[in-house]
Amino acid sequence: MRNEKTTQDVALGIRRRVFEHSMRNNGGYLSQACSAAEQLAWLYNEELNLGDPTLPMIPKPFEGVPSPNNPDYHTGAGYNGPAEPELDRLFIAPAHYALVAYATLIEVGRMAPEGLEMFNKDGSSVEMIGAEHSPGMEVHNGTLGIGFSTAAGLAWGRKKRGETGRTWVFMSDGEVQEGQTWEAIAAASYHNVDNLYAIMDVNRQQCDGAMSSVMDVGDIKAKIEDFGGVAVWVDGHNLDEIREALKTPHRGKPLIILANTSPFRGMPTLQLRFPRLHYVRFKSEEERSKMNTEIAKSLGVAPVDYSH
Amino acid sequence: MVEMVSRPYAKSFEKFAAGNPDIICMSADLTSSCEIDGFRDRHPDQFLSMGMAEQNMLSFAGGLGLAGFRPFIHTFGVFMYRRPYDQLMASIAYPRRKVRLMGFLPGVTTPGGMTHQSIEDISVMRSIPNMTILETGDATEVESICEAADSIDGPVWCRVLRGSVPRLFDTPIKVGEMRELSSGDDILVVTSGICTEEAMRARSALSDAGLSIRHLHLHTIKPFDHKALLDHIGSVKHGVVTLENHVTEGGIGSLVAETMADAGVGKRLIRLGLKDTYAHGGSRAYLMRFYGLDALALVRGIEDLMGAEFNITEEDLDAARVDEVHSLVKAEAL
Repeated sequence: MRNEKTTQDVALGIRRRVFEHSMRNNGGYLSQACSAAEQLAWLYNEELNLGDPTLPMIPKPFEGVPSPNNPDYHTGAGYNGPAEPELDRLFIAPAHYALVAYATLIEVGRMAPEGLEMFNKDGSSVEMIGAEHSPGMEVHNGTLGIGFSTAAGLAWGRKKRGETGRTWVFMSDGEVQEGQTWEAIAAASYHNVDNLYAIMDVNRQQCDGAMSSVMDVGDIKAKIEDFGGVAVWVDGHNLDEIREALKTPHRGKPLIILANTSPFRGMPTLQLRFPRLHYVRFKSEEERSKMNTEIAKSLGVAPVDYSH
Repeated sequence: MVEMVSRPYAKSFEKFAAGNPDIICMSADLTSSCEIDGFRDRHPDQFLSMGMAEQNMLSFAGGLGLAGFRPFIHTFGVFMYRRPYDQLMASIAYPRRKVRLMGFLPGVTTPGGMTHQSIEDISVMRSIPNMTILETGDATEVESICEAADSIDGPVWCRVLRGSVPRLFDTPIKVGEMRELSSGDDILVVTSGICTEEAMRARSALSDAGLSIRHLHLHTIKPFDHKALLDHIGSVKHGVVTLENHVTEGGIGSLVAETMADAGVGKRLIRLGLKDTYAHGGSRAYLMRFYGLDALALVRGIEDLMGAEFNITEEDLDAARVDEVHSLVKAEAL
């Protein structure tokens, strides 16, 4: 697919869509849009080698879980195009970033805007915590820490089959509290899985608040390298730094780009909600109205008319 | 005397898997303990050493399944579901990956105690949608478990016997079927795994006591042919006794109970196995006696069902096999 927008424009569009959606629904994963917009925009708009979508622009309703009695079951991976040997694959490891990922699909023309209106509606496949059957998803990652392991297995298998496509994981820094993350980095390094790439949104926030107040994880880069991976820090809002990071040599090792980000980027008024940023639900009409006016101004759009 | 087969899994896995590029042999630091050391040495291209990191191993296997491989995971059964249960669910069972979970040392077949004994795995696996469950009871079933498991379009949980294994049957596992080992009409005895050999030890003593036993051996626990079981239950006068190397909640005893309840069968059922208890470390024979999983326990269960005593003692039963704790067919004393 041709990218008609700049990656900056896609990132701005992601923030605007998530903002508008959260205003209309009196809450949402706003801070994740602030921190991750450039990363997902960069992946989808320029870095990933994906084919055209194979699923309808307006997502179909939920069609059942995998079962021997559901032979037509398929995942939502078709929004990333077909699974071909030369094409890339992407897992969204922190599945609660789904709202941001769906907004990205819309911005890059892989899903219709109507898709976001189905978000978290009963009977919809556009689920709040991205499921396997949700647009752009290929595996269940709602339980944090399993995404990189699954991607490592897929990447190892693809390498063994001689496939040239890469396997990418969008990760979150909260996941490094899970021991499985470290098992996976050690295994991927030991088995030379160098067709495996991750970009980690290091926004230093988790459900209870700032990670430093929940369980600090220390120097993530040093830890990744101690476990055998290759890691590189970038300013997660600086596209040139992200692009440059990909040139880091990582022969025989997975490459993990650590994107140092702000959970308020583009919506500075969100700072008023610190340290509870995981899911922003407005506490009063006054707060909702204030956020609406000020964030709209920051994003260069008109305030959302959420009265109907 | 029953024929004993040495390390049947080692030979049969290699014969089945070697040269099949879609099969990946995975191990979590229990390679010789799961009898795949020879395979590792002779087929390194198909072998993945995952270390003592089961959570990653299960999700990694899910990724391999997504890439079109059919991983055979080898470790002690207990290590493959207790710690990595979340990964088993999300990365393997939900998406129906063709992962073959080869669980060694089922139930009390290990003196390793609570941490090593998978006593509730069947209960757990039965409640997982998309899971298939197979259990081996003799060398012939061990020899055919790979082909049986690999015929399933989805994940498969296998209880695998290792070391020196008796040969009780001469036909391979046919998934979905059950073995009718005797066709009496007084009592139905349903067993699986190592408990089948125990029930066979009691056969002549029960016959001498005038009891006509119908004996079924289950190698396929899920999916299950409820109708076939009901036909057998309908063929006996008095009731059913189940005996399993597992807790009595959620295993084959529960499976039989549910089948009877669903169909409104009004016969008695005696469920033998671990009775809401953990086991501890000890020899198989000791543990089977101590926890009531052996031939004598079956006799007592049948007496309970019949409300009568048959004066059957240990001496009346066929000789029990006693496995050596230290043996060349095992990698360690476990």
